[in-house]
Amino acid sequence: MSLELKGITKRFGSLVANELIDLKVSDGEIHAILGENGAGKSTLMNIVYGLIKADSGSISIDGKIVEISDPSQALAAGIGMVHQHFMLVPVFTVVENIILGNEKLKRGVLTVEEAKASIERISKEFKFDINPDELIENLPVGVQQKVEILRALIYDAKVLILDEPTAVLTPQETDELLSIMKSLKSRGAAIIFITHKLREVQEVADKITVIRRGKVVGTTLPTATQEELANLMVGRTVDLTANRESNKAGDTVLSINNLNIYDASGRVLVNNLTLDIKAGEVVAIAGVQGNGQSELVRAIVNLEPHTSGSVKLNGREILGNSVSKTLHQGVAYVPESRELDGLIGSFTIAENLILDTHENEPFSKYGQLSNSKVIENAEKLTKEFDIRSQGVFDTASSLSGGNKQKVVLARELSRDVKLVIASQPTRGLDVGSIEFVHERLLAERKSGRAILLVSTELDEVTALADRIAVMYRGEILGIVSPDTSREKLGLMMAGIKERAS
Amino acid sequence: MAKSLNKLFSVFLLPFLAFVFAFFIGGLVIVFTDSEIMKLIKSPLNFMTAAGSKIGNSYLAVFQGSIYDINLSRKNGVLGGFYPLSETIVTSTPLILTGLAVALAFRSGLFNIGAQGQFIFGAIGASYVGFHFNFSPILHVVLALLAGIVLAGIYGGLVGVLKAKTGAHEVIVTIMLNYVASLFILWILKTEAFLRPKQIDPIAPEVALSARLPKLFGESQRIHLGIIIALFVAVLVWWLISKSTLGFKFRAVGANSNAAKSAGISIPFVTTATMFICGGLAGLGGALHTLGTEYALTANVAGTFGFDAITVALLGRATPQGTVLGAFLFGALQTGGRTLQSNTGTSSDIVQVIQALIVLFIAAPALIKYIFRVKQSVEDKTLTAKGWNG
Repeated sequence: MSLELKGITKRFGSLVANELIDLKVSDGEIHAILGENGAGKSTLMNIVYGLIKADSGSISIDGKIVEISDPSQALAAGIGMVHQHFMLVPVFTVVENIILGNEKLKRGVLTVEEAKASIERISKEFKFDINPDELIENLPVGVQQKVEILRALIYDAKVLILDEPTAVLTPQETDELLSIMKSLKSRGAAIIFITHKLREVQEVADKITVIRRGKVVGTTLPTATQEELANLMVGRTVDLTANRESNKAGDTVLSINNLNIYDASGRVLVNNLTLDIKAGEVVAIAGVQGNGQSELVRAIVNLEPHTSGSVKLNGREILGNSVSKTLHQGVAYVPESRELDGLIGSFTIAENLILDTHENEPFSKYGQLSNSKVIENAEKLTKEFDIRSQGVFDTASSLSGGNKQKVVLARELSRDVKLVIASQPTRGLDVGSIEFVHERLLAERKSGRAILLVSTELDEVTALADRIAVMYRGEILGIVSPDTSREKLGLMMAGIKERAS
Repeated sequence: MAKSLNKLFSVFLLPFLAFVFAFFIGGLVIVFTDSEIMKLIKSPLNFMTAAGSKIGNSYLAVFQGSIYDINLSRKNGVLGGFYPLSETIVTSTPLILTGLAVALAFRSGLFNIGAQGQFIFGAIGASYVGFHFNFSPILHVVLALLAGIVLAGIYGGLVGVLKAKTGAHEVIVTIMLNYVASLFILWILKTEAFLRPKQIDPIAPEVALSARLPKLFGESQRIHLGIIIALFVAVLVWWLISKSTLGFKFRAVGANSNAAKSAGISIPFVTTATMFICGGLAGLGGALHTLGTEYALTANVAGTFGFDAITVALLGRATPQGTVLGAFLFGALQTGGRTLQSNTGTSSDIVQVIQALIVLFIAAPALIKYIFRVKQSVEDKTLTAKGWNG
């Protein structure tokens, strides 16, 4: 089955999300759609899946024009979609989720036997290994995604849309997904693979369409180099290799000794962790989400209430201080979630830029904020960090992800700090912004600050770090150099410790 | 531009439309609860005329009772005609302060239901200092007001401490403390310290002349210095919220406590400080009411000032300016309600219906937008676009 889009155009107010997009996907083909955040990829796919209506343009299947105005019509036409954020009910079982919206009744009673049989058949065929009676909330993310794929397959989808499917997966799970995609393709399915990760595109795609600002800017083959793809995507030359010059590390800035972190019920989240970071050094904590990295970072800035052990900054104990004191003693903190912890959405950019310095001179005098100083500071920082907005009085929530992160970085790095903690600093950002963040972090390294980077992205970790500490279940499994192979890092992230070398 | 339009809608147009719509429905209620008019329903023309004049007369009565009465001005001169307005202001004065006590808490993300109890403690403090001591006039007023503010501030601050230390939810704690306060005043009015000599009924002695707030326009009108103090405090609260460093912390915690915490702002401090200040505001309301209007403390001193405060703050969208306007509106409706009953025989409860309707429409802006077909503002559209833009 082939899917063809012609002249798809969609406007939101004055903004053109999609403009005259043509796209053809044939059966047995993996067609990658590459583009930065906000380029219009998701809008396009939501149009195909019937979630959004296009202003103009046509969708045809096997040469016949079809009208798709809601997802059930898309399913009936053989189009299935796996969303970036899973559409599963956590407290339902696998089979309940799969029949949801398509329940079959037998004398008024729900029957699941048929669906169960289909699940087992398809699971076997693709080696999914899914128990239909397991609750979704008990399944790891990677398996939940397989349930989504399974749902599409059960409804006999011939065209499968995968929207940023690898964003939530570990390297191993990603490899597994890529091989599932290949085997689906060999059975004649057409797959639309939306991503901004170049490596994955090169590995599985047969054809690549690059979208920028709502328009198709190029169609290319996976033989194109990463640089070529990135340039097409961003529209200018991008330097993908973070320029990490050799740098002589200085004195120890952060020294963590036997740190334990517990949750409210006393369960150990981080166990006896010891780690040093020197001035001018980037230490990256690699690991699958949820292995204690977030807690570690929060404990260093004293946001975790139940801790024991010692954390020293330049030889001075900081564990147990107030958050404010910790930050003012020289810690820059870029939290994992900029929307939740980094910024106040309803505050202006200028206000967000003084969130942790509002009490200090010159911003505050006799208990009153000095408007002119706050604005002056904002003007200076927005220029220095290239924060793009209509002005410093725009609210933070109106900014794009990259600009939001720049606001957080500008605020934290402009203070007088010795240690920079950056937790998932590029999550969800586009290539251009990632490049900016990386350059900035390396500049901090050069200027002699110590940097603790927490990331689940192996590319990021290997590009920036001087040493990589792999965390697994609250412990550091090993500290390795950045030229360690991806396979080995992946295994360590999965908890398999290297033999003593 | 788009932004300012949207702001215009939420700040002015929305309350105004809610107001209009509430009066419209209130009018219907007036008509349909009047059995004399309902008898005429078979002859539509008579019915419409009767209904129209009934509604007109009712709202005219509300206006006469709350703003300006031409009959009074014939008797007592132009200024005398405004006697109802002075009564409105007298009722509004404590409401402004209790309203601010709720509004400021809102800004820190706290729901202060406890203005009633805080008001009572403010009244107790002011009353005691007012009748028990003898100072020179200005000093006496200042000390009595301070006593009210501090006592109520502590009573409010207690909620903040409980929340900060134990996580006890402020809504539950403040509701409970309202009961405590209203029972406490019943008890204290029967103690030796508060009973009038050789009397047993629970009414405290009147405050000394030196502790009374001076009247603004002579003895014929009850309007007193309290309104000036209330408006001044409203300006102070505005400064606190939008200009001060402390207010920055309050707003940060109110808008996103996680981000505030990550930036080193102490949530327990903000919670406690906010509740202390809010308690003090409501307490000042109680003190002004006691020293300016009541003089003698009774168990019912707080009326519904503390509860109406929630509505007033909501009406004013938790801004000091809006709260002042909301308090005036409520003051006007309440004083007007009395005239409504005496002049037209319509139950003054209708005023409560109108108040409730206003709140309903304010709380559901989407409903108002739908009813009046307010165009989807440009802001909404750009929001979608922003969503797309990531």
